Amino acid sequence: MDFTEEQIQRYSRHILLQDVGVEGQEKISNGKVLIVGAGGLGAPIALYLAAAGVGTIGIIDGDVVDLSNLQRQVIHFTPDINKPKVISAKEKINLINPDVKVVTYHKLLTAENALEIINDYDFIVDGTDNFPVKFLINDACVIAKKPFSHGGILRFDGQTLTYVPGSACYRCLFHSPPPPNAVPTCSQAGVLGAIAGMLGTIQAAEVLKYLTGVGDLLTNRLLTFNAKTMEFRTVHTKHNDNCPVCGNHPTVTGLVDYEQAVCDIESHRKSK
Amino acid sequence: MSKISVNGKAQEVEGSISIAELIKLNNVAQPSMVSIQLNGQFVNRDDFETTTVSDGDELDFLYFMGGGQANP
Repeated sequence: MDFTEEQIQRYSRHILLQDVGVEGQEKISNGKVLIVGAGGLGAPIALYLAAAGVGTIGIIDGDVVDLSNLQRQVIHFTPDINKPKVISAKEKINLINPDVKVVTYHKLLTAENALEIINDYDFIVDGTDNFPVKFLINDACVIAKKPFSHGGILRFDGQTLTYVPGSACYRCLFHSPPPPNAVPTCSQAGVLGAIAGMLGTIQAAEVLKYLTGVGDLLTNRLLTFNAKTMEFRTVHTKHNDNCPVCGNHPTVTGLVDYEQAVCDIESHRKSK
Repeated sequence: MSKISVNGKAQEVEGSISIAELIKLNNVAQPSMVSIQLNGQFVNRDDFETTTVSDGDELDFLYFMGGGQANP
């Protein structure tokens, strides 16, 4: 890829980095990343990946922008209320960086479409807040051998891990989805807006590290933080032989839509 | 007394207690929502009652955490 003068100027702060350089920027510019959920985590992830010049950004989200989203979903602006989130996000990405090709999916990620959609991407980022989709992303990525970043935030806490084929997956740590409504979502329990940015930008950095091959990914580690104490902790983990999807005797060999998805969506819609 | 660590913090417990008892001692609001690593190995939920902790053990309590977007 030959960069134009304008692109060299745009990406100069990356190119200046010894570990990145023109070669690394080329890798970023050739990268294809899917962001699942254009919400609190998806917003900063999309903004930073767009600014970084990731070649293709796919965004999947079936929702429209709601007034209550604007406290943390910084890619959506007040005039975007009622607009599909994927459209609102695409407009901002294009304004930040016209180099980026944006592919939008105004729908839910499901067991039926997940493998087909993720197949087009080098890296998948989980920016969702419900467990059925988190497990679906994990299982689809393990089965399709795709790397992904898991992210979760709630109240003042955040956690993230990066998966590459062979490393500990989300199910290695969390065997199966919690019973419906056992664990509150942000829409039920609340979340400090800024921690979506704290966690989302960590996920975005992991994407850029993966694409450029720079540094050590957050694999076989779970990073957690609490914004009240501002303490960060890294829990070292390893591949779990009893993991239901990547263990020695896998019981999860295909994708399923867990029931909670429906419950969550119903309660979410009713609350509007 | 056994000196153990839970999420990096030192804790003293009576003799050899089970992981299920340790979860209670730590006031985990929803015990079914915690994953436990004992010295770097995940413990099956079915074994929480029968697995005991002893002096020097390091435990990690990991919790389910949601995310950014309620309805992707």
